[in-house]
Amino acid sequence: MLLLNKEEALARVAAHHVGGPNETFVLNLGPQHPATHGVLRVKLTMDGEYIRKAECVIGYIHRMHEKMGENRTCAQFLPNTSRLDYLSACQYTHAWTGVVERACKIEVPQRAEYIRVITSELNRIASHLVGWGAWVMDLGGLTPILYAFDDREKILDLMEGICGARLTYCYYRVGGVVNDIDDAFIQGAKAFVPYMRERLKMYKDFVTDNVILRKRLEGIGIIDQDMCLRYGACGPVIRGSGIANDTRKTEPYSAYKDFDFDIPVYNECDSMARYLVRMDEMEQSLRIIEQALAKLPEGPFINPKVPKLLKVPAGTYTYATEAGRGRFLVRMVADGSDKPYRVKLRTPCLSNLSLAEEVCEGMILPDAIAFLGSLDLVIPDIDR
Amino acid sequence: MGYFSEIYQGAKSLVIGMRISLDQFLKNFRGDYNTPYPHKTLPIPERYRGHIIFTNDEAGKSLCIACKSCERACPSACILVEGEKKEGEKKKSATLFELNYTTCSLCGACVEVCPTDALTFSKRYNLANTSKAVYAKIDLIKDLENRMQKK
Repeated sequence: MLLLNKEEALARVAAHHVGGPNETFVLNLGPQHPATHGVLRVKLTMDGEYIRKAECVIGYIHRMHEKMGENRTCAQFLPNTSRLDYLSACQYTHAWTGVVERACKIEVPQRAEYIRVITSELNRIASHLVGWGAWVMDLGGLTPILYAFDDREKILDLMEGICGARLTYCYYRVGGVVNDIDDAFIQGAKAFVPYMRERLKMYKDFVTDNVILRKRLEGIGIIDQDMCLRYGACGPVIRGSGIANDTRKTEPYSAYKDFDFDIPVYNECDSMARYLVRMDEMEQSLRIIEQALAKLPEGPFINPKVPKLLKVPAGTYTYATEAGRGRFLVRMVADGSDKPYRVKLRTPCLSNLSLAEEVCEGMILPDAIAFLGSLDLVIPDIDR
Repeated sequence: MGYFSEIYQGAKSLVIGMRISLDQFLKNFRGDYNTPYPHKTLPIPERYRGHIIFTNDEAGKSLCIACKSCERACPSACILVEGEKKEGEKKKSATLFELNYTTCSLCGACVEVCPTDALTFSKRYNLANTSKAVYAKIDLIKDLENRMQKK
């Protein structure tokens, strides 16, 4: 048997090794990798199992939604808004109708505002369920996503009953909503709240308290407060870093002032904190839905005085909503014609993704997958 | 966490996980949990948004007056309407109504804008064809005629 001491072994390795101990290789994560949840490409420079450098390459599903907004009338842009972040369609449409209502000074009936809050919160729960299920699936747990989709199905059925679509709702209109909610929806939503509370308890036992999940997420992917502020992180990412930033509280829009709810905040800054923020947010959404259903006012569901062809007065207008993944802001520059001069869509996923490059450095590859899942990215939202 | 408490925690979460999985599995045998498509289908909701079709009056004729409101309202320019005033009739009627379903985003702007309620959503959801051209030009006038003949 050939026995070598350390120096001899190293000399042999150096003789046969092309690049020496500093050799790295490039690994493409995506654009078709299922763990990136869409066509995101992360170009990883690897040193063995460790990531030296991560470079996010975006633009594979760019559809120039902003430019489309500049070539269409305000009403014609409505279907586009559901297709940015297809999991937060309600909140995105809300931001667009909100900016047009603010610009044209259109009043929205109180009932419509309540309906918007109820559907937005249902949408948020559905969005978190998908994000949660897909994330746990990335970590190797294949069962929870089936349960999550089972619950999400109930929300989609409710939404389909009132607006006819299951994902790209296009339910809000300038001045209200397209259809009034019916008794079937109200009863269904009332029954859904206690049902979902039971399910959330089950999720806690089943996944949150699971030791494997905790080992994969605790202490992984630390995003400190300074980094959050530098990159403009939002949504559960910033709330998992101890900053209570939620558009529903900081700039209350629609009817959110009327409801009593908390903003879940965790100070750990790791992936587990972001996980817990999302789980708690679902509970808070259920609280809002419960209150809104109890206080649902009577009256019209759409303002009848909205002109058919909206001409937006010249000026700059903004409107922000809290979508499932964070703050979504629309900035519209109008020149007095029926089409906006410029539309800027500030989406949460782009700013949440931009900090990934810094965080991924020095991480081991499976942890990077767990970390990317914690950002809960929706790629059409990044590229838009 | 100590070595033994870690083993205990791991075993506990394993048992809880197995219990919940088994519970959910047994749920399948209770009641109508699954829908065995295509032998059974779920009901389509009243407000379901399929591609647009013509509504009809008692005589089985379309209510369309070829005003082209839907053509102008459509965000994707997927509707093409032509119409003419026939002799002995008060209003115009459509001679051509083509829907390009391949670019339609089912927003419902055309249905909302129609002054005579001539358009409505169909309940068709399981459309399939080997040729894209079939859905690039859906002739709504012919579609209405076919439906009336079937009646």
